[in-house]
Amino acid sequence: MSRLSATFARVKAESRAGFVTYIMAGDGETADLLDALPAAGADVIELGMPFTDPMADGPTIEAAALRALDNGMTLKGTLALAAAFRARHPDTPLVLMGYANPIHHFGYANFAKAAADAGVDGLICVDLPPEEDTELREALANVNIAIIRLATPTTNDDRLKAVAAGSSGFVYYVSTTGVTGMGKGAATDVSDAVKRVQTATGLPVAVGFGVRTPEEAAEIAAGGADAVVVGSAIVNANHDGGTKTALELVSGISAALRAAR
Amino acid sequence: MTKPNAFSQYPDAQGRFGEFGGRYVAETLMPNILALEKAYEAAKADPTFIAEFEDFLKNYVGRPSPLYFAERLTEHFGGAQIWLKRDELNHTGAHKINNCLGQVLLAKRMGKTRIIAETGAGQHGVATATVAARFGLPCEVFMGATDVERQAPNVFRMKLLGAKVHAVTAGRGTLKDAMNEALRDWVTHPDETFYVIGTVAGPHPYPAMVRDFQSVIGREARAQMLDRIGRLPDAAVACIGGGSNAMGLFHPFLEDEDVRLIGVEAAGKGLDTPDHAASLNGGEPGILHGNRTYLLQDEDGQIIEGHSISAGLDYPGIGPEHAFLHDVKRAEYVSATDDEALDMFQLCSKLEGIIPALEPAHALARVRDLAAELGPDGIILMNMCGRGDKDVPQVARTLGVEL
Repeated sequence: MSRLSATFARVKAESRAGFVTYIMAGDGETADLLDALPAAGADVIELGMPFTDPMADGPTIEAAALRALDNGMTLKGTLALAAAFRARHPDTPLVLMGYANPIHHFGYANFAKAAADAGVDGLICVDLPPEEDTELREALANVNIAIIRLATPTTNDDRLKAVAAGSSGFVYYVSTTGVTGMGKGAATDVSDAVKRVQTATGLPVAVGFGVRTPEEAAEIAAGGADAVVVGSAIVNANHDGGTKTALELVSGISAALRAAR
Repeated sequence: MTKPNAFSQYPDAQGRFGEFGGRYVAETLMPNILALEKAYEAAKADPTFIAEFEDFLKNYVGRPSPLYFAERLTEHFGGAQIWLKRDELNHTGAHKINNCLGQVLLAKRMGKTRIIAETGAGQHGVATATVAARFGLPCEVFMGATDVERQAPNVFRMKLLGAKVHAVTAGRGTLKDAMNEALRDWVTHPDETFYVIGTVAGPHPYPAMVRDFQSVIGREARAQMLDRIGRLPDAAVACIGGGSNAMGLFHPFLEDEDVRLIGVEAAGKGLDTPDHAASLNGGEPGILHGNRTYLLQDEDGQIIEGHSISAGLDYPGIGPEHAFLHDVKRAEYVSATDDEALDMFQLCSKLEGIIPALEPAHALARVRDLAAELGPDGIILMNMCGRGDKDVPQVARTLGVEL
């Protein structure tokens, strides 16, 4: 069983929603923060791969990406962070999230091999919709890395079939039409959509975009999400107060999720 | 009769020109892109839509634009005849409005209630604001904060036309950041918004749609050449940033394989420096803003800012159909530097009484070489895609003249 499947099975057995934490590689003391996230309550880690033109992200993630690039972070550097994390944390799933161009430039097959060597479990590539991800998906499938697709409020039932086909690991449900960090969608809409996506794909559904506080995370979990993703809020906390502040937020959200159901 | 060949049959059903193009957008936008494609295909086949487009091109934009024999430039360069397609005489002073008109008519047909656009120097923003004003649609234009500072007159023009101008501070505050921000706005308001992209780039169907709306340039020029001199030119030349004026000029000539198609990129301070905007001559294939095409990028696949004296050419990518025509060698892509463009800006003003925009001044630099190469029997068609009024303050500054 893959690390992702094992983790979703475990949180389900614990009758709670999983907690997916997002941080940007190269923004602050990433290696230390990564290392401490599992103990603070992260079930799955998304590691952002910085890109100059993050079109689907709001100002928080964009600024973090540009800081990371200014710090000299690269795709190879991100993979090195992943490898160091994997060496110390054999069981926590690690998912890379970012945009197509750096991966395309690296070469899809080269990337798949390097990501597998680094112990990466999945990839979310924001600007590769199902229509465009065949080549990368096949390269990743060869090394057992999941391609995690996005579903959004505008994804109708026909498109959900396309999203489901070839998806693995989990589906990332974007709670609102918009960019990261803006504010989440209305709880009842999200809850209905989560059920729709779960039924259509048969995969666990993680809900993200605009979930900022323990209360909001608990509300999404109560609506039936298999996991809750928090990104911009952690990135902000890390930037404003450093690793300690970010970990306090993570612990707070984790506690709320464990108490939610 | 020309025989249809492969070149004009693109894109395919996936929006691809060979290995370029496609639809590389976030899932939120996919339903929108697919709906737009469907609406555009229907509009294109609807004689009422085409008739309305053509009526506005004639009576609002002022088409057809003249084809002008540039006698004194011809004499000065001492080679082939130089013919200028005068798209700088259009309403708002450039070719941009052809496309804005088509897209806003389509927006109206689709029942969209809000227009957004990105702009670099402000020409596409002004053209979009103009057409939006004409049809009473609210318009919001995204423009890099750096460009807002540099292009104050165009910012005022857009406001005068009733548009709201957002100064984009995200990223580095230039055209590509303005495009990122417009995409973010679209993703946030997908139902009511029509995004008017200003060039032959972006996700399918934009590259094909913008090309189709701009192809009026090449169709007119082709007929005008046959009418005036009874033959087609030996070469058709245009400048390239994203490549909309060039694609509009080239497309109706794609099947005329004896007509050389020549695109002129901005070499900025030189292709051997980092300061240029020549995506084909100095970039590599990659994925940005919804399409796979040639991009200026570093060894990590990060996008590099383009540089050109001309803000209209200052974009790190190029339309995917140009990438295709480059790779299959149907078109040739060369470049001209800032200094060459400045020289041509002044030369054309003095010899022809036409102040060209800095963008077509780049094309003129290669027309000069080509005139010598082809000799007196040759015929060159160049698209004068914009007028230079907008560039006067900047050129004065560059030449050290205080206004």
